[in-house]
Amino acid sequence: MIFVFSLFLLSLLIIVAIAIVQAKNLFVSVMLLSIFSLLMATNFFILDAADVALTEAAVGAGITTVIFLSALALTAQRERKVVGGRNIALIAVAVLASLIIYATFEKPRLGDPNAPVHQHVAPWYLEKTPEYIDIPNIVTAVLSSYRGYDTLGEVFVVFTACIGVLFILGAKPASLRGERNAERAGLRHHLIPQVVGRLLVPFIVLFGLYVQFHGEYGPGGGFQAGAIIATGVILYALLEGEAAALRAIPRSVLLGLVVGGALLFGGVGVVCMLMGGAFLDYSVLQSDPVWGQQLGIVIIEAGVGMAVCGALLSIFHAFAAREIAQ
Amino acid sequence: MISLVLDAASWLLLSLGGVCVLIGGVGALRFPTFYTRTHAASLTDTMATLLVFSGLMLQAGLTLATLKLLAIMLFLLLTGPTATYALANAALESGLKPDAPTIPGRTRKQANS
Repeated sequence: MIFVFSLFLLSLLIIVAIAIVQAKNLFVSVMLLSIFSLLMATNFFILDAADVALTEAAVGAGITTVIFLSALALTAQRERKVVGGRNIALIAVAVLASLIIYATFEKPRLGDPNAPVHQHVAPWYLEKTPEYIDIPNIVTAVLSSYRGYDTLGEVFVVFTACIGVLFILGAKPASLRGERNAERAGLRHHLIPQVVGRLLVPFIVLFGLYVQFHGEYGPGGGFQAGAIIATGVILYALLEGEAAALRAIPRSVLLGLVVGGALLFGGVGVVCMLMGGAFLDYSVLQSDPVWGQQLGIVIIEAGVGMAVCGALLSIFHAFAAREIAQ
Repeated sequence: MISLVLDAASWLLLSLGGVCVLIGGVGALRFPTFYTRTHAASLTDTMATLLVFSGLMLQAGLTLATLKLLAIMLFLLLTGPTATYALANAALESGLKPDAPTIPGRTRKQANS
C-alpha cells in the first residue's frame, strides 16, 4: 500500500518538475515549486525522515515561497524568451540523466539493512546515543553533537547568505526610509484575513517554540523552529504592513539574532575548549557528561533557531523594503 | 463490537471526505470561471477537512494524537476559508468581474469544451 502511495507521489513529483520547467509565468513556477517541496516533504515522511520532512515543509514549501514571491514583485512576471543554447542544454541533461540512471544500477535496494550507509557509523549512533547523550531523538543527537561541525558550517552558510542578500538589497539611502507610508499598510482594510491572522500569529510562534524545544524528543530543532517563527512574523507583516513588523522586531534585533545565533554556537565550542574538552565537545560543560551533552545541544539549537529566524526575516525585509522604495 | 462500529464509522467519514475532495477537484477543473472554480474547491475542501479529521480522530481514539488532530482541524477550518476569501477578494480587486465570461486567457468556447 505504501509502495503504491510512494509511486504515486514520485510520479507527481516528476509531473510537477516538468510543469515548473514548462511554465512561462514565473508566478506559476513559484507556486509549483512550493507544491514540489510539499510533495518532497511527504516523500521524506514516507521514508521515516520526519525531521527532514519538517524542514522541507517549513523552509521549502513555506518560507522560500514567500521570499520568491517578494523577489518576484521586484522583477517581471514573465520569463524572458531564451534564444539558442537549447540543444547544448538538452544534450547535457540527457548525458547527466543517463549517468545518474546508470549509477542507480549499483545502488542497494531501499531499506536494505546491508547497505553501506547502514553499516558505517549509524549502528554506533543508535547503540551509543542512549549512553552518551540520552535523548530520544537520535537525529538531533547526530546533528548537534556527533556532527556538530557540519551544523556549525550550515549556520554559517545561513549567516553568509543573509549578509550577501543584505549587501545586495539592503543598501538603501536613509532618505527613502521615511517614505514608508500608510498606503501599503498590509491588509488593514480586509477584516476577515486580519481577524483570523491576528488569531493565528501567536499560535504559530508558540508552535515554533514547541518545535524548537521539543527537538530533543521529537522531530524538530532550530532550523525548523526558526523558519516557523519567521513565518509567523511574516504573516504579521502581511497583515499589519511591513513597518509595523519592523516596529515589533527592529532590524537591529534581527541582525543581533543572526550574529548572536552564530556566535552562540561558536561560543559554546570555544567554552568547551576552555573547559578542557575538544571544540564542540559538550561533555565537559557539566560534571555529568550526559547532562553536559544535553545542555550543549539545547544551547546550540537555540543558536541555530536564532540565526535562521533572524536571517530569514532580514532577507524578507530586505526584499519588502525594495518593493516600497520602487 | 464497539471498536468495529467505530472503525466502520471512521472509514465511512474518511471515504465521504475523499469523495468531497474528488468532487472539489472535478469542479475546479470543469467549472467555467475563476469564481465558480474557487467556490467548488473551497466548499468541498472545508467539508472534507471536517469529515477526514473526524474519521482520523475516531481511528486515533482517546490519545494525544486526537488532540493534535483536533488542533490541526481547527487550524485548517480557520485558514482554508480565509485563504479562499483572500484569493477571491484579490481577484476582484485586480479587476476580474464575477460576471466576466471566462478566466483570463481563455475564450468561452475553450472553457466550455
